[in-house]
Amino acid sequence: MPAEKTVPAEDRNIDRQLGTARVKRGMAEMLKGGVIMDVVTPEQAKIAEDAGAVAVMALERVPADIRAQGGVARMSDPDMIEKIMDAVSIPVMAKARIGHFVEAQVLQAIGVDYIDESEVLTPADEAHHIDKFAFTVPFVCGATNLGEALRRISEGAAMIRSKGEAGTGNVVEATRHMRSIRAAIRSLAGMHPEELPAAAKELAAPLELIREVAAAGSLPVVLFTAGGIATPADAAMMMQLGAEGLFVGSGIFKSGDPAKRAEAIVKATTFHDDPEMVAKVSRGLGEPMVGINLSDLPDGQRLAQRGW
Amino acid sequence: MTVVGVLGLQGDAREHLRAVRECGLDSALVRRPEELAEVDALILPGGESTTMSRLLVAFDLMEPLRIRLAEGMPAYGSCAGMILLCREILDGRPDRRQLAVIDAVVRRNAFGRQVDSFEGDLDFVGVPGGPVRAVFIRAPWVEQVGCGVEVLARVPDVAAAGSAAGRIVAIRQGSVLATAFHPELTGDRRVHQLFCEMVTSPVGCK
Repeated sequence: MPAEKTVPAEDRNIDRQLGTARVKRGMAEMLKGGVIMDVVTPEQAKIAEDAGAVAVMALERVPADIRAQGGVARMSDPDMIEKIMDAVSIPVMAKARIGHFVEAQVLQAIGVDYIDESEVLTPADEAHHIDKFAFTVPFVCGATNLGEALRRISEGAAMIRSKGEAGTGNVVEATRHMRSIRAAIRSLAGMHPEELPAAAKELAAPLELIREVAAAGSLPVVLFTAGGIATPADAAMMMQLGAEGLFVGSGIFKSGDPAKRAEAIVKATTFHDDPEMVAKVSRGLGEPMVGINLSDLPDGQRLAQRGW
Repeated sequence: MTVVGVLGLQGDAREHLRAVRECGLDSALVRRPEELAEVDALILPGGESTTMSRLLVAFDLMEPLRIRLAEGMPAYGSCAGMILLCREILDGRPDRRQLAVIDAVVRRNAFGRQVDSFEGDLDFVGVPGGPVRAVFIRAPWVEQVGCGVEVLARVPDVAAAGSAAGRIVAIRQGSVLATAFHPELTGDRRVHQLFCEMVTSPVGCK
C-alpha cells in the first residue's frame, strides 16, 4: 500500500536537518540506562559490546594508565579509532582535549558518534571550551556542579556527565559531584521566580537555562556519571543518586575478569533499585581494579579540577 | 483500565511512559517476566538494539515476550524497538535474537552514523492533521515487507533525500506498529494516539 501524499512530493519541504539540538540530545536519550565503556583495542570493544555496553569510548590509554605514565594526553590516533568503529555496531565515542576544536573537527571527520570534551586529556585551552554548536556531531562534557554543567550546555553540550575522579577506582568524587548537581537542581526547583536571577549569578550560568532547570526540575540534557566506578554496587549507587547512565573507564579493563565485570555492571545498572539482583551479579567477579585514595593524590593530579 | 507497558531494560522508556499517559492510558515499566504478564500491550523504546536484545535474553524476557506477541498482544517499537520486532535484520551481529513478529527486513543504521542523524517532515497514513515531524537517530529503514504488512510512512521520494528517498520508515502488521524514528521525542502525540487506539479497539486483522 503506497504512502498517501496530500501534496506532490516535489513540492514538499524536505528539510533533512542534520545536527539539530533534538537530534544531538536525542542520541543521548537512547543511551539512558546504559553503560559506556572505555576501550583501547578492537578486542576490548567486542568484549564491551558482548557484555551489553550501549557505546564504547575509544582511547589509547585508560585514565589509570594516563595517570601512571604522565605526560600530555591527547586525542587518539584516528586509525585506532576507526579500527574500533569497524569492530562493533554500537556507537563509538572519542575524546578531544578541552578547547581543542581541531581535534574535535578530526573526530567529526572520521565519523565518531559522540565527542567527549574531556578533562582526562590535557587541556589545550585554559580559557575557552570548544564551541560545540559549530559541530554536527554531539558532545558530552564533564561537570562537578550545576553551574559548570549549565555553562557547558550553553556552549552546546548535548549530554553531561558528572566528572568524578577518573582512573582512581574510587567513587567518592563521583558521589560528591552527582549529589552536588542533583541538590542544586532541587534547590532551583523550589525557588520563587524572583530568586532565579541571583541563583544564575551565583552559579555563573545563563538565566535562561536556570529558568528551564527550575521549571523542569531536571537538566535539559541527559545526565550520566563518570569517574571511579569499579563495581556493580558503585554503578547501582550512582543510578540511585540520579544518574541516567554511566561511563566506566579503567574499572573494567583494569580488573581481573573484564568480560564478567562488564556484564555485571550492565545488569546492576538496569536493576539498580533491586538489591537482590545487585547482590547476584556482584558474586565471583575476581579482583577489582586497585583503587587510589583521593588524599594520596596531589592537587595537580586531580583531573576534575580541569575545566571550569 | 488498559495498561500499556514500556520495556525498561535500556533506552528512552521514560519518554514513552509519558507519551502513553498523555494519550489517556496507564503505563508501566516492564523489566521482569511478572511485570510483562500484567500489561495489555508493550512499547519497545528507542535505545541500542544490540544491548536490549542481549538483556531480553539475560533477564528471561525473550521467550515470555514471544509468547505474548504470538497470542496477539499489541506492540509498538520505535527505532531499536522496530529492529527487534522485524523478521530479519541486515548489518547486525549474527548472534542477535529477533522477536520476528513483523514480516519485514530491516537495515540497521541505514542512514549512516550519528553525524547523519536528522529530522524532517513525513506523511503518516492513519495519522490525521498533517505531516509528522520525525527524528531519526542512527535509524534503521525497512528494505522489504511481506504482503501482510502495511506501509504507513516513507521518506519523501525526492532527489534532496538522497539514498534515503522513498525508504519505508513506518509499518504495521495487525496489532504491531513500528517506526524507524522517535515520536516520543517531539511532544506530538499523534503516533502514540494511533497505537493507543490499536490497543483499545483491536481490529482483529492479524
